[in-house]
Amino acid sequence: MKKSKAFWVFSVLALVIYAVVQGLISVGILDLYYQNILVQMCINIMLAVSLHIIIGITGQFSIGHAGFMAVGAYFSAIATMKLGLPLPVGLLIGAGVAALAGLLVGIPTLRLKGDYLAIATLGFAEIIRIIFLNVDYVGGAAGMVITNMTTWTYAFVSVVITILVIANFTNSRHGRAAISIREDEIASDAMGINTTYYKVVAFAIGSLFAGLAGGIFAHNFFIIQPTTFGFLKSFDILIYVVLGGLGSLSGAAIAAIFLTIVSSYLAEYPETRMIIYSLVLIIVMLYRPSGLMGTKEITSLFKFGKKGGSQK
Amino acid sequence: MTGNLLINVENVGIQFGGLKAVQNVNMFLNQGELVGLIGPNGAGKTTTFNMLTGVYQPTFGTITFDGKNLKGLKPYQVTKLGMSRTFQNIRLFKDLSVLDNVKVANHNIAKHSIISSIFRLPSHFSGEAKMEQESIEFLKIFGLDVYKDELAKNLPYGMQRRLEIARALAAKPQLLLLDEPAAGMNPQETHDLMELIAFIRKEFNLTILLIEHDMHLVMGICERIYVLDHGQLIADGTPEEIRNNPKVIEAYLGEEVVD
Repeated sequence: MKKSKAFWVFSVLALVIYAVVQGLISVGILDLYYQNILVQMCINIMLAVSLHIIIGITGQFSIGHAGFMAVGAYFSAIATMKLGLPLPVGLLIGAGVAALAGLLVGIPTLRLKGDYLAIATLGFAEIIRIIFLNVDYVGGAAGMVITNMTTWTYAFVSVVITILVIANFTNSRHGRAAISIREDEIASDAMGINTTYYKVVAFAIGSLFAGLAGGIFAHNFFIIQPTTFGFLKSFDILIYVVLGGLGSLSGAAIAAIFLTIVSSYLAEYPETRMIIYSLVLIIVMLYRPSGLMGTKEITSLFKFGKKGGSQK
Repeated sequence: MTGNLLINVENVGIQFGGLKAVQNVNMFLNQGELVGLIGPNGAGKTTTFNMLTGVYQPTFGTITFDGKNLKGLKPYQVTKLGMSRTFQNIRLFKDLSVLDNVKVANHNIAKHSIISSIFRLPSHFSGEAKMEQESIEFLKIFGLDVYKDELAKNLPYGMQRRLEIARALAAKPQLLLLDEPAAGMNPQETHDLMELIAFIRKEFNLTILLIEHDMHLVMGICERIYVLDHGQLIADGTPEEIRNNPKVIEAYLGEEVVD
């Protein structure tokens, strides 16, 4: 079957990438600086792909993604730092609580459409941030001190799981139901799709992986502060998805990789960084208004003469 | 072919603020019937459709479908009961392939859960294979199987209309509601469509309610016709009766001038 072939290609590719990078790390070619960029890249891919399932697949315009990342970051940090649990358990707890938060936020807000939904999700993300700002248990505004535990292995395994789960969801009857909501909600409802259910499910899955990304992020630095998870972070994630092409998983991932590289190289020129970053975005949007990949997936580039939508 | 009462609409009306868009509509369809719903623009035909399918909740009256009261049901629940529809202004999933459009409507024939899809359990593969097979069957009936990988938006207009009917059929309805299926079609296409409707009706043992402006089509295939004007039913009967009904002629052409 062609779908399981794509799966094996992906798995082999993932193993090769992992082996090469791990090899370079153990030989010592990739020093801590580059390792950090790689982990950062993994976090951004996870965030982009998890927002992709909400905006690109289900078509629900959420701009509060950093809020769920914050939930994952704080709860995984509480698990590892305060309760002394191992990192994988902490990551699971963070992701789980973020998914719950996604359900709680999603059930009331997903009745809204378009701009209203965007504003409501933005509001909820700010509420989450301000709650962490005011809870002394997690350090309040000063932030929470965390031991650096994330390694390239943790980050990479998380990315692979994220992509696999979201790609598998998309290429199933559930994913098609979600895409049909994006395409035409009224028609989708009329065809027997429980639109509210699928919107909430997509939102919860997106939140879960944002939480996982948050957990990896929290243990990659020595401190997390509520200000990190402000609405600018949400917009950063939104930019990955839009730049990659709404509806394309590989597009979102490629945009995340590309922008991580751009911004880490620009870190050497702090005064012009944001100007150049913005210019890159403007140029891409001028020449590729539908995003780097449009709604196509990278796999469809290898199928000559065969037209496909956002399906692999 | 005509059998038991399938849908019964009693005194149904809807009010938008102060405007009574549709009022006191009484109609019924027996199993296997092909019934037309006609009326001038703005008469409330599509509004009636929207009430039947759960898009709007009627302000007054009750709708009973297959023995069940539809009050408070959402459109997807009504569809699961066995009623599906097409739209006046085509509402395909434009960026999905033709095959996937039909697969979306086939959603409920497979039962595999989200978990089994995520972990690619055997039930996922068997469910997806079943959907694929059934969807292709539907496309074949409509002669659309050659376009199965084409995006729906790239199909020519007439094909899009056919795809909408195919999609509605894939939802496994007992009652099919067609909202102006021949809108914008030329006479040849309309003729083909009439034959197609007659064919699927027999093949799937369907009951059909049809909104249409093309009088030739309506008079040609419908067994009974309801006429709406200004939100009220003004006539019902066989095509012959409707043709000679003075109220219908008045609604369409205006009053006769007395000189």
